[in-house]
Amino acid sequence: MIAEMFSYNFIVRAFIVGTLVSLCASLLGVTLVLKRYSMIGDGLSHVGFGSLAIAAAAGVAPLEIAVPVVVLSAFFLLRISENSKINGDAAIAIISSTALAVGVLCASLTGMNTDLNSYLFGSILAVSNSDAIMCVALALVIIVMYFLLYNRIFAVTFDESFAKATGMKPAIYNTAIAVLTAMTIVIGMRIMGTLLISALIIFPAVTSMRLCKKFKSVIIASGILSVVCFFVGMIVSYNFDTPTGATVVVINCMAFVVFRLASFVISKLNGIKSVSKSDGKISQSE
Amino acid sequence: MSLIKCENLTMGYEGKVVISNLSIEVNAGDYLCIVGENGSGKTTLMKGLLGLISPLSGKIIYSDGLKQNHIGYLPQQSSIQHDFPASVLEVVLSGCLSKGFLPFYSKAQKKTAAENMEKTAISSLKNKSFRELSGGQQQRVLLARALCSTQKLLILDEPITGLDPLAAAEFYKLIKILNNSGITVIMVTHDVTSAVNNASHILHLGKDNSFFGTTHAYVHSDIGKRFLITDCPCDNCKRLHSHKEVGAQ
Repeated sequence: MIAEMFSYNFIVRAFIVGTLVSLCASLLGVTLVLKRYSMIGDGLSHVGFGSLAIAAAAGVAPLEIAVPVVVLSAFFLLRISENSKINGDAAIAIISSTALAVGVLCASLTGMNTDLNSYLFGSILAVSNSDAIMCVALALVIIVMYFLLYNRIFAVTFDESFAKATGMKPAIYNTAIAVLTAMTIVIGMRIMGTLLISALIIFPAVTSMRLCKKFKSVIIASGILSVVCFFVGMIVSYNFDTPTGATVVVINCMAFVVFRLASFVISKLNGIKSVSKSDGKISQSE
Repeated sequence: MSLIKCENLTMGYEGKVVISNLSIEVNAGDYLCIVGENGSGKTTLMKGLLGLISPLSGKIIYSDGLKQNHIGYLPQQSSIQHDFPASVLEVVLSGCLSKGFLPFYSKAQKKTAAENMEKTAISSLKNKSFRELSGGQQQRVLLARALCSTQKLLILDEPITGLDPLAAAEFYKLIKILNNSGITVIMVTHDVTSAVNNASHILHLGKDNSFFGTTHAYVHSDIGKRFLITDCPCDNCKRLHSHKEVGAQ
């Protein structure tokens, strides 16, 4: 069955792009979630939708417009979040719904309703060869960056003021992460859809954050979890003929619930153990 | 030997002047506490010393041996850190980053981290998760991290906020030991009583007038007397107080 699946060229392409996007999104997601920037990912995907719709209406290649627009908005959203004077989350919500509205208007004026659906909820048929090449390049950049700058990314994520005081430049790292997030979102939203791509950023990070105690293991677990969930989601969607993006998100959510329950049960069991231990101590001392 | 010297320093943010014409000198081995009301510019001055904001006028002069990024800094804890998944070792090691550009930690850096964890008595917590520690333990971890980036100067920003009295007392003891071993300490604090008990020098920033001098001089100054609720315990003052009380009767 799996062999049959991989006999289709477009599925192989979607698999490569999807796996790499899941991996990139989960790595970046750990930093974004910990820095309380989750909403930036969501905002960027809506801006991405707006720019895709405009590109389609203007008859230009979608990525040529979407990539620069989303990268620019990443700069902008980051500035908004860092500036405490503006109400950051409200500003992001305004920008994302405006972008969505502009996209929908553009799409309906040019009469492209089927495409609209595939932009909003994703389609594995939308992945082109150039998408795949760009995705491989992006994934390489992100993985190499995480490998070489891992310690600095940790320091900047954990404590920006300390990092600044010891001579690091947190602004550079923040900008790099925002730009790479923007790229990941633009590529990933073809498969996952603009409304669902932010789940790939947030779910694996949140699940592994509860599961692991070290930053290094959180990053590794998040990457593995994200790729596994994408694989399972893809296979399920092929077999049951369900939309890929939505299936992957539901699988991610199920993983989250399962691990949450497991850690809850384990902590309860540990609690009972330590209580019975201390009971023993009390009765001894009495 | 002076380690840091501020000359006619004027600092502020967003176009507002909060510190004007301040001149202080911190010598190697000093233990300086910066006290004062909210909004008197304690944090602004500290950021200036760390090089995070530049003075509007005047100068901050560092002695030759002290590089700006070799100051050990203990910032106030941020809300991000409360549920941050990181081991104690990871946090402490991140203090070594100001030295060297290698992507990974060297053996020497790992040794520094181990030594500083020993100094702050957290070696046994090495593999524990930072978010599961008590407030006092967390502060000691952050102190070990600060020590990794310095051998000379520690700058602490309200380090005992949120600690229970016992943990706070332990933390003060630890700082005193570090200070006695030769590290210069600059601490921003609201806890004037402990500041007077521990520090060698006090800088009191006020809206109208400021005070800078030794702790002894501070306790006997007008501004210090107003800020300290308890009377000075030294013999001289005790006699003075008893005279006053007698006079009142």
